[in-house]
Amino acid sequence: MAIASDAPKDGFRLSMLIYDTRFRSYTIQVIVLILVFLAVAWLADNTIKNLAAKDKDIEFGFLWNRAGYDIGQQLIPYTNDSTHFRAAVVGLLNTLVVAFFGCILATIIGVFAGVLRLSNNWLVARIMTVYVEVFRNVPLLLWIILAYTIFSETRPAPSDFRVTDAMIAEGVEPKASMYLWDSVAITNRASDIPAPLVSRPLGGFEIWGTYISFSVIAVIAVIIASVLGNRALQARAKAIQESTGVRPTTWWQSLLILFAPVVILLLAMGFHLEYPVLKGFNFQGGIAVAHSFTALVVALSLYTGAYIAEAVRAGVMAIARGQSEAAFALGLRPGRTMNLVILPQALRVIIPPLISQYLNLTKNTTLGIAVSYLDLKGTLGGITLNQTGRELECMLLMMLTYLALSLIISSLMNIYNTSMKLKER
Amino acid sequence: MQEESVFFVRGEMINPRSAPSSQSGAVKWLRDNLFSGWMNSILTVLGFAFVVYVIHESLPWLMNGVWRANSLAECRAIIEASAGPGAEGACWALIRERWHQFLFGFYPPEEYWRPVLAFALMFVALAPVLYSDNRRSMLIMVGGVGVLLFLAMIALDGSVGHIAFTVVVMAAMLALAYAAPSKLFWVTLLFPAIGFYLLWGGSVWGPIGALVGFGIVAAAYMLLQNRLGVVVSTGLGFVLACLWWLFVQTQVTTALHDAMPIGLPGVDSDQFGGFLLAFVIGVAAIAGSLPIGILLALGRRSDMLLVKTLCVGFIEFIRGVPLITMLFTASLLLQYFLPPQTNFDLILRVIILVTLFASAYIAEVIRGGLAALPRGQTEAADSLGLDYWQAQRLIIMPQALKISIPGIVSSFIGLFKDTTLVAFVGLFDPLQGITKIVRADINWKGVYWEPYLFVGAIFFVFCFGMSRYSMYLENKLKTDHR
Amino acid sequence: MADQTARKMEVSDEVAIQITNMNKWYGTFHVLRDIDMTVQRGERIVICGPSGSGKSTLIRCINRLEEHQQGHIIVDGTELTSDLKNIDKVRSEVGMVFQHFNLFPHLTILENLTLAPIWVRKTPKREAEEVAMHYLGKVKIPEQAHKYPGQLSGGQQQRVAIARSLCMKPRIMLFDEPTSALDPEMIKEVLDTMIELAEEGMTMLCVTHEMGFAQAVANRVIFMDQGQIVEQNEPKEFFNNPKSERTKLFLSQILGH
Repeated sequence: MAIASDAPKDGFRLSMLIYDTRFRSYTIQVIVLILVFLAVAWLADNTIKNLAAKDKDIEFGFLWNRAGYDIGQQLIPYTNDSTHFRAAVVGLLNTLVVAFFGCILATIIGVFAGVLRLSNNWLVARIMTVYVEVFRNVPLLLWIILAYTIFSETRPAPSDFRVTDAMIAEGVEPKASMYLWDSVAITNRASDIPAPLVSRPLGGFEIWGTYISFSVIAVIAVIIASVLGNRALQARAKAIQESTGVRPTTWWQSLLILFAPVVILLLAMGFHLEYPVLKGFNFQGGIAVAHSFTALVVALSLYTGAYIAEAVRAGVMAIARGQSEAAFALGLRPGRTMNLVILPQALRVIIPPLISQYLNLTKNTTLGIAVSYLDLKGTLGGITLNQTGRELECMLLMMLTYLALSLIISSLMNIYNTSMKLKER
Repeated sequence: MQEESVFFVRGEMINPRSAPSSQSGAVKWLRDNLFSGWMNSILTVLGFAFVVYVIHESLPWLMNGVWRANSLAECRAIIEASAGPGAEGACWALIRERWHQFLFGFYPPEEYWRPVLAFALMFVALAPVLYSDNRRSMLIMVGGVGVLLFLAMIALDGSVGHIAFTVVVMAAMLALAYAAPSKLFWVTLLFPAIGFYLLWGGSVWGPIGALVGFGIVAAAYMLLQNRLGVVVSTGLGFVLACLWWLFVQTQVTTALHDAMPIGLPGVDSDQFGGFLLAFVIGVAAIAGSLPIGILLALGRRSDMLLVKTLCVGFIEFIRGVPLITMLFTASLLLQYFLPPQTNFDLILRVIILVTLFASAYIAEVIRGGLAALPRGQTEAADSLGLDYWQAQRLIIMPQALKISIPGIVSSFIGLFKDTTLVAFVGLFDPLQGITKIVRADINWKGVYWEPYLFVGAIFFVFCFGMSRYSMYLENKLKTDHR
Repeated sequence: MADQTARKMEVSDEVAIQITNMNKWYGTFHVLRDIDMTVQRGERIVICGPSGSGKSTLIRCINRLEEHQQGHIIVDGTELTSDLKNIDKVRSEVGMVFQHFNLFPHLTILENLTLAPIWVRKTPKREAEEVAMHYLGKVKIPEQAHKYPGQLSGGQQQRVAIARSLCMKPRIMLFDEPTSALDPEMIKEVLDTMIELAEEGMTMLCVTHEMGFAQAVANRVIFMDQGQIVEQNEPKEFFNNPKSERTKLFLSQILGH
């Protein structure tokens, strides 16, 4: 049997490298490969020459030298005697914590605004449209700087909160007062909020200079167990519904399972709040949240929230009106229609852009340098880079870290997408 | 049981009657849109309270605004004098004094006509892209831009020579759009060089020398394409052009400049700032990223594993890192990657890296456009005997790019907003760079709402306008030819 | 060729397409099995069969929109191999009309017609436009030359698609279900154009279920099922006296009501 794509009848000719579909793509790929190699070699050669001219080399040993600078916000213990590597890790954690709170807040704001924008209430829909358009069409940097400026320039100094006996006697109000039953003080230096503490901690251990508390682990474990328990409860309710047709009332059991164990555990450990108190020239106690952090989280979540609102709106609108009409025609009530028909479909549409917004938010945390927030860009790509003069190494490490973060988030998205893909032919 | 006949015939047609009063009018509108249920009523009350609060807080501040003053203290004094003690008001005098810095940075004021003319010509260059061969739309666009340019020139400059020159240029454009709309495409092709020359000035021979390089590419393509194919001829032309740019151009242009020193006064890059800088970077990066983005998108759809891997790797890498790291690469690392002693302008370096950054996003937009085209288009082109590049150029790209216009515009909006980040590498963007300088002035210390409002409002007008325009285009494309 | 008078459909001895022992797989799926087929110049062949029988794939192999893995396809003396030059040569000799027309929506009708002559045949623009107008007249829509495809009805679009192929002056025409995307009232105008073409002596391979067309024009009907040629015969014999059970079943299904 003759096999067309095998033996060329009149042997191999050089022109076949270009004109034969079998070889053409290899020819092109080899040429591309050579060009890429040449380009890389040229860049590498230039880099080596430039480094030699400046008497530099490429090595990462500097990471283990003393950093010698302070970081205001640190989630793991850090002093200026720690290494540059530890500074970078502190920066990375700062990036992650902003991204974490930002994503949560942005989701809440975005879903809220997106749903309200779709509401048939004319006024509210218009207000939300204005919010979305204003935030989407003005640079994020402006929101960050504006939020920071408002916090640090319009808020009163801590001394304005002082109440002296003389003032009480004269009935004079202090210039500023705390919010939420004297628990939160926003001064021009920082936001002081109550700190959650336990009086009977469960102990803990230290790993890599960081204290890991068993109390925190216990709370997290109990919460996870509660959620799993609630799932089991729902599964049982579903099974009952499927066998008898009647769904048992479970909401109070759910509430009990979700909240009772945590509350009991916290009471057992002696949970209490430590309030910030004005002592001397500043507030003591509680947690002092830097304005750079607050401004960054507020601006990022409002900005990204506007985009998420658009994604939510587009997602719900993408579900054809016919779907809800079909559900109504079957006699489902609006609430059930939303839960059983609209949301499962809308989520499929909403989640991918939502995750890409999370990705954007994470990358945008780098704008924190505008308000001197020391995230990964501020530590590794900022002060460490300037102090050691190791631009190539620092930039490389930083880019790879951000790349890894992005790839993790986008691979989560891909996993979700494949698991949710509609079964269609 | 009496049997009813199903027979029925209408003797007289029923005329339409007006709806009952509950179905129309303001009451119905209010009930439907604001008070359709208790939940909605609560929302309405809350929303109304919010609007009232915002107006109550901001209106006096806006109304008390002061336009003429020399410092913030003076502003406050005027406000207290006019609106009573303790009254607050905006101090627009700051904007009045510094608006030119927000718009042009430190560009020499007597040369403001150049960036303004370049900005106007940009729209002329865009006209053939947006309206392909619709002469009427192009005339409206060019004419409108001309009138606006004229007004802007009168407001800005006052120099009769400059006004006359811009009027002549725009009249020529209008005549071209009227007489030969398809020739307007040449303006689009030449605009990068014209814009560059208008903005930076200097000897006229430099940009002409650079253009000759592109002429060499085009000539090589025209002459050799039939014999050697598209890729080889373009590549050869590119190599020749590089030789010209690297080894010949400088000597020739220097000689020409010595012989005929024609030119505009040069402007240094560190004099650029404000929205001028934002536009230069944004427009240059988007324009430059389009060809790269097209190639990347085609590469990503290619069957060739190596090409595909390279393109995917590049796109995903760029999309995975924040823009700031690219900007720092421009300011810190690019010098390492280029031959020793190459030293070029920071704005140019930033534009190169921002172009690479934008090209990854544009590539994804165009990939979406390509995916939206039915397979039959490629098959039809194949069956007619068109080769790959002919099919791409004549059939696929014109359609894919048209579908991608909204995506490209929104990429541009994102990029335009992101140009504010160049402040971190020491350029004077309108937000960080200029505002910081203004706020550091002893006269204006303590002012914050006004400059941010001003800058934010300009960004909003441009971005919102562009996004609305692209939505309009999207709707128009949906109905066009379909 | 354009001003040729209608010859009464005669078939010459010259071979237009020679397919021997051709096999094709999609992955592991064997779509075309041992196809042997000879088409004489001037022959009008109708290929029919149930969906998924490989009939479209077969004619798409003839201008290598699909690649075959075994056997030979020789079109007009040129063998289709992986050689690009041969592929280009065959494609400029063979016209193809698609089910969904595949007109280029961003070009006017006239531009659709002149595109390939200008870029592939390197015809001067004026000449290409003259030829295009000639063929537009032939498919009876010269007045639509400056409209866009989206402004035409389906039947008109398909006739434009036929004219577009004719502008390349092909020696063989392939039709891939040209009428199955059309509304019933538009089928006739397309079939009329195709019949006219057949009367002029064009070599045609047509995948279609229009049995009336097959009876009127074809000199051979090929029935395919499961990737193989099951039966081929003259139209009259094929319809009145099918031999294979599969053919009988198929005919009863499409003619059954």
